This record gives sequence, structure tokens and C-alpha cells, in this order.
Amino acid sequence: MYFLRRILFAVPLLLVISALAFALVHLAPGGPFDRERAPASPEIERALKAKYHLGEPVWKQYCRYLGDLAHGDFGVSLKYRNHTVNDIIAQGLPVSMLLGALAFGFAMGVGLPVGFFTAARRGRWPDYAGSFLATLAVCVPGFVVAPLLILFFSIKWKLLPVGLWETPWHMILPPVALGLFFAGKVARLFREGMLSAMQSEFVTAARAKGLGENRLLLRHAFRIAVLPVVSYSGPMLADLLTGSFVIENIFQIPGIGVFLVNSSLNRDYTVVVSLSLLYAMLLIGMNLVVDFAYTRLDPRVKYE
Amino acid sequence: MAIFQRARRIFSRARFCFGTAGVFFLCGVILLSGCLRREAPADLTIINGGEPESLDPAIVTGQVEIRAVRGLFEGLTRLDPKNARSIPGLAESWEISPDGRVYTFHLRPNLTWSTGEPITAGDVVYSWVRALNPATASGYAGLLFYLKNARDFNAGKIKDTSLVGVQALDQFTVRVDLDQPTAFFPDVCAMPVAGVVPRQTIEKQGDRWLMAKPLPVSGPYELVYWRLNDKIRLRKNPRYWDAVNTQSKIIDLLPVGSPNTALNLYECGQADIVWDKELVPGQLLDVLIRRPDFHAFSYLGDYFIRFNVTRKPFDDPRVRRAFALAIDKERIVKKISRAGEQPASHIVPDGTAHYTSPEGLGHDPERARKLLAEAGYPGGRGFPRFEYVFSAPASGGDKLHENIAIELQQMWHDELGIQMDLRQLEAKIFYTVQAHLDFDLSRSSWTGDYDDANTFLDLFTSDDGNNRTGWKNAQYDELIGRANREPDLKAREKFFQQAETILVRDELPIIPLYFYVGINYYDTNKIQGIYPNILDCHPLQAIHKIKTGE
Repeated sequence: MYFLRRILFAVPLLLVISALAFALVHLAPGGPFDRERAPASPEIERALKAKYHLGEPVWKQYCRYLGDLAHGDFGVSLKYRNHTVNDIIAQGLPVSMLLGALAFGFAMGVGLPVGFFTAARRGRWPDYAGSFLATLAVCVPGFVVAPLLILFFSIKWKLLPVGLWETPWHMILPPVALGLFFAGKVARLFREGMLSAMQSEFVTAARAKGLGENRLLLRHAFRIAVLPVVSYSGPMLADLLTGSFVIENIFQIPGIGVFLVNSSLNRDYTVVVSLSLLYAMLLIGMNLVVDFAYTRLDPRVKYE
Repeated sequence: MAIFQRARRIFSRARFCFGTAGVFFLCGVILLSGCLRREAPADLTIINGGEPESLDPAIVTGQVEIRAVRGLFEGLTRLDPKNARSIPGLAESWEISPDGRVYTFHLRPNLTWSTGEPITAGDVVYSWVRALNPATASGYAGLLFYLKNARDFNAGKIKDTSLVGVQALDQFTVRVDLDQPTAFFPDVCAMPVAGVVPRQTIEKQGDRWLMAKPLPVSGPYELVYWRLNDKIRLRKNPRYWDAVNTQSKIIDLLPVGSPNTALNLYECGQADIVWDKELVPGQLLDVLIRRPDFHAFSYLGDYFIRFNVTRKPFDDPRVRRAFALAIDKERIVKKISRAGEQPASHIVPDGTAHYTSPEGLGHDPERARKLLAEAGYPGGRGFPRFEYVFSAPASGGDKLHENIAIELQQMWHDELGIQMDLRQLEAKIFYTVQAHLDFDLSRSSWTGDYDDANTFLDLFTSDDGNNRTGWKNAQYDELIGRANREPDLKAREKFFQQAETILVRDELPIIPLYFYVGINYYDTNKIQGIYPNILDCHPLQAIHKIKTGE
């Protein structure tokens, strides 16, 4: 029941988001057809605007957009005039989602063990080393990590391709570059979670019963310690799945992240609004999944 | 023993918990390798610049698009790969009437679309009328305004297409009526906007006609697929009239926006040619430009500054001349642009066909100070503060505009004693500001559409939408008009020279800074059929990789 209500509530929320995105991008000065070269006559400019209904009041354009959307049609891109927004999403989203899923796997696969062992060896050298690396991963941005990875793995050692998205070999460096930040974040969150869980009363009680340290950590502390990571992973997944401008640009990956950024620079109204909506939908969806996961992991959590 | 077993159990569980994500990661990668389509490698991979906005010949305006579209759709003429001059294309020959206003084109016999149907004179008429139709909203329709009644038809004042100056006399003959004798008209016929497009497909599919399978094309290559931000794959069109001379079977065009990525892909052998001057990393320019596989050549374009002459004190030509004379252009090309550009004192680039520009103003700070004093600002005293606007670089792009702006600020301060503020604007805002004359001084550039002086000089006539200076000069308009009506090339050149003298020596609504160079990078030991030319246009069908053992 609770989740059904949440889903219903998402509809007006998405409407507000689309209206805001629509209004904001139309407010920005300059339009999709302003460029270095003016059309040869004012008539051509008028014809262009008439074709895409840009002369109409913004509210009317918005209604038209919503009407098309109700039929599952996001409209035509104003920059890439032979493509619809549906084309852009259909071509770019699967690529970005794959990249994001791989990066998520990398972030979890590296972040959780590092977090676990730094917490388990708290105050000893593995803790310092692991924490240092995790902090480093959080601090160094993707546009530094990616060129460094390319420099060593592709150019110096010639192990992996420098870019493009074709074979599995192409799909190693970009997820690592994209996921490193999140791996660091997960490691730190998980370490904190473990440390606080280890001090909680039920762990003390379990320890008093004579439970072994490793079993204690894995069986009892883990489920509570992982909660901050779970709540973080919702927005993180939404973020990862909608692509990354920086990583897609550097590795020349045909994902949707590049469009998410460039469409607003290009004043590609339909694309901006549609991709914002898509992102909002993913964010809402992921948060819902996270809340659901909470009820499974922590028996103390219940939604009415 | 029990301890050992327990340790093993715990160890295996830990491994299970923490390894899961990692295993998923690997599984995903391995699974994917099976799912991915394996396709034949291309014979030639070219990094073409950004993602093409369209591949519709009537719509494209940018270099990136034009280079791809020329491979798909041909016009009555096409470009010679060596010098980019127009040579017969779908038309095998043409006659020009003595007054230069009527062209009669004869199509080659047996021309067919890639799908096998014949290409007729009617298709040419359809394509041109479509480009002029206001409903098509073609940004480059202006190139066809040389046709009789074309401008009125495009403006919706004439509805009857038979009044437009292009007609099919029979299946193989096209008659074109022009308003004025237009010496470069065969060059216009080679522009994509005059390309021949498939009527049936367009009428059936509307704006999505380029996605039609199969897509009938008139040029040397068929479109296999076009995936946004991924690649455009082209395959040789065996029905193209000159297919025997098409060199490469499959060509991939990659859209790459970042110069560093382009260089990486090229260096690692994933691309054979990079042909966009924006794709040379600025920080590495000094090193790269000396390499034998980097080819810089003069290019039909220039970098200049626009004044807004409707604002004081820039309404005074003496002030504008003083500003021009105070700039050391040599320093700008040596220190900032650094790719071998030539400083410019006039607007029509050197090397333009049938034309030699008059010399404009050089570097003379002494005279500049004198002119500024005459205008009432001795030593820059009393000169109001003003602003220089320039556009922000594209993502990953170079800070060229900013660096030039800073240099100009310094030069004018040191030589003339005046203060200038700099304002960087996002590209779309910049163009709006420019179009609405909402600036004092503005960074500008222009590239020629075809190899003729009028593609630069028409710009500054009073009514041209690209004038963007507020400058109106009746004498200049008159001279340009006379040149455009003049069939004799020598007399035409004279008129143009007189007009350009007004523009770059007396009035200066603009200050030319330098002429662009084009930069392509490819290894001449591996690639053949690509030649530096003033339009930076390289017909795809001529280019090929040298096979080993050849």
C-alpha cells in the first residue's frame, strides 16, 4: 500500500519537474537556431520556428509536449533534426546503463571489501592504507583518473583500447574510471557503518554469547552496517545509469550522458526536458527500490 | 580441525559476500562479448568532428555535416579532390548563355539511384524546389537565391513552383534561369543544398526519410547505419555512375568532440584520418605541427573582430582605424593561434579564385595614436570603458578566443592607453548578442561556402543578416551589386576590390586578424587520395588506405 502511494505521488512530482525544466530552458537566452551564421533571410528563420512551433507561447508548447508524451512520444530533437528524442534514448540509454551497471559492480566489488577490512583492522596499517586509498579515490575527479588510466593501460602498456565501445576489452577502463569515486565513497560509508554497528548493543550481546569475531561481523554487523551504503546506492545508481558526460566524452562512448549536458548548451528544448524527466524517473524509482531493500535488511524498518 | 572448518566456512562466506559484485562485473563483461554484434572492419576510419546535426542535404550547414553528405548525395557538379573546384557530377556537361543567366545542364545517361530507379531531370528540379520550399526550413536555401524567383518562393510570396528558375526540359536536361550572371554557379551546384535527393522516399517518410531502408542515394556511398555519437557507416554504392573510381568499400565516420580523444584514437591506430582543425589539442600544437603526418594548409576562412558601429565612440571610423593599426597581428598568429596562420589585413583570404584583395591597414601604433587623438581621445584620455565579447570554448576545446581577447586588451592598453573589459558568453547567448547588436566589440569568424570573393564581401552589405555590425554604406552596396551583375571576371574583380578597399582601409566596421589554416592528420605513407585544399573538402570516394605490398 505504502509503495503504491509513493508511485502515485511520483506522477505530479514528474509533472512539476517537466514544467520546471521546460520553463527554465526556455528562459535561457538564445534558441536552438541561433548560430554563427544567420539564415539567408528572415523568412527562413520564421519558417524554421513555425516548423517546430517555437513561435507559440511557452505554455502552449508545453501542452503540446505533454500531449505527445502521453502517446509515448518525446518529440523531435531540435539539434539533430532527423532524430527523435526516442531515438536518442533508445540508442544512448542502453549503453549508458551498461556502463553504469559495470561501474556500480566495480564500486561495490571494491568498496565493500575495502570498507570491511579497514573496519575489521581498525587502527592498524591496513586501515590507514585502505582509508587513504578510499579518500584518494573520492578526491581525484574522473577527468583526471580517466586520462591517467588511458596513459598507462592504453598508451604505455598497450593492454586496453583508448576509447570506443565495441568489445569487452573496451568496457574495462571506462567503468573503472567512472566507478572509482563511488568505490571510495562506498568503502568509507561501509567502514563507518561497520564501526558503529560493532559498538551497538546487539553486537556486544552476540559477542558476550561467545560468537567468533568474523562470524559476528559478517552475520550480524554486516546487515546493519550496509544500510548507509544501500541508501546511498539509490541516487548513485540513478546517477551512474544516466551516463557521465566526462567519461563518455573522454572514452568516446555513445551514451546518453553527453546529450544530457550538450542538449542544454544547444537549447535542444525537447531533449533537455525529456532527459531531465528520464533522470527524475530513475531517481524516484531507485529510491523506491532502496526503501524496499531497507525493509528486507533491517527488521526494525516498516512502512505503513 | 573444527577451527579450520569454521575458518574455511567463514572465508568462503566472506568471499561470497564481497566477491559477488566483482563476479557480476566479470560475468556481465563476458556475457556481453557474446551478445555484441561482430561487424566487418571498415576499410577506412575517419574522425569527422562533432556529431552531424543532419544528413539531409537541404538542411546541413556545417563542415562536419557537409563532408559526410557529399558522400551520399551528389549534385549536378561535384568537387575535384585536388583543388576543390567544381567538375561535372551528375551533369556531364552544360552550356551557358552569352549573358551568363541561363545554364542548360545535360545529365549523364543511365544515372540511377542506389536502389536502381533512374535519376531524371525531374529529380533535380524536385530537389531544388524542396530546398527552397519554406516548409523544408532549409538554413542554406539562400545559396539557391541566385535562381529566378527563388527568394520570393522561399518567402512564400510565390506559390507556383513552375515560376522558380529551374525546369526539366526533358528527362536528361535541366534549364536554370538566374537573376544575375553568377560566375561561380557551378560551385553552388556542388553544394549539398543543391544535391539530388529521392522524391518518393521523402514524400513517404517525411522528416525521417534518412532512416528509410533502403535509402536511395545519388552519391558514391550508401548509408549503412547512422548511430548518434557512435558512428556513421558508409558502403560503396555500386550503382553510382563513377563507381569504378570509388576507392574504399566501407568507410566509418566517427563523431569525436574532444581533441585529446581524437589524438588518442589516431595514435593507437583506431582511426586513419582526423580532419577537423578543432580536433588538434591546443597544448600540443607546437609539437604536433612539426610532425610529417600533420598537414596544415590555407583555408577559406578568417578570424576577425566586429565593431558595433551604432554605439559611440565606434561610430567614428577614425577610432576603428586606430584600433586596427594598434594590433600586432603577427604576434597573435605566432604566439596564440600557432598553426602557421597568416596575419590578415583584408577579409577575402589569399588564394580565392579570380580575385586579389587590396592591402588593408598594417601595424602602425604611431598613426593609431594620431588617429585616436584626432577623434578626440589623445592618449586614450576620456575614452569610455567598453566590452569585448567572445564565445566560450566547446567542452574540451581550446581557450583560443579568450587568449586572443587578453592579447588585444593588452595591446590596446599599451599602445592607445584605453581600458577594455572582457566578457565570455556561452555560445548560444553569444550568437544572440551578436545578432541583436548588443555588444561593443565582438570576436567573429567566417568561412567561405564556395571559392569566390562574394561569399565574404556580400556579408557586409546593409541588409545581410550576417552583417551584425550595424554598418550601412550605400557605395559599398552599390559596388557589390554591380560586381554580382557583371559577367566579365576582370571587371567584376575591380568592383569587388573597390568595395573591399572601403571595408578594410577606410571604414573598418571589422578588423581582420588572420586567415585560418585547415589541419588534417594522416600518414601519407598509409593514406592516399586526400589533398589539402582551400575548402578543406575531401571527397570520400577518392580516399583509400594503401594496401601492404602495393
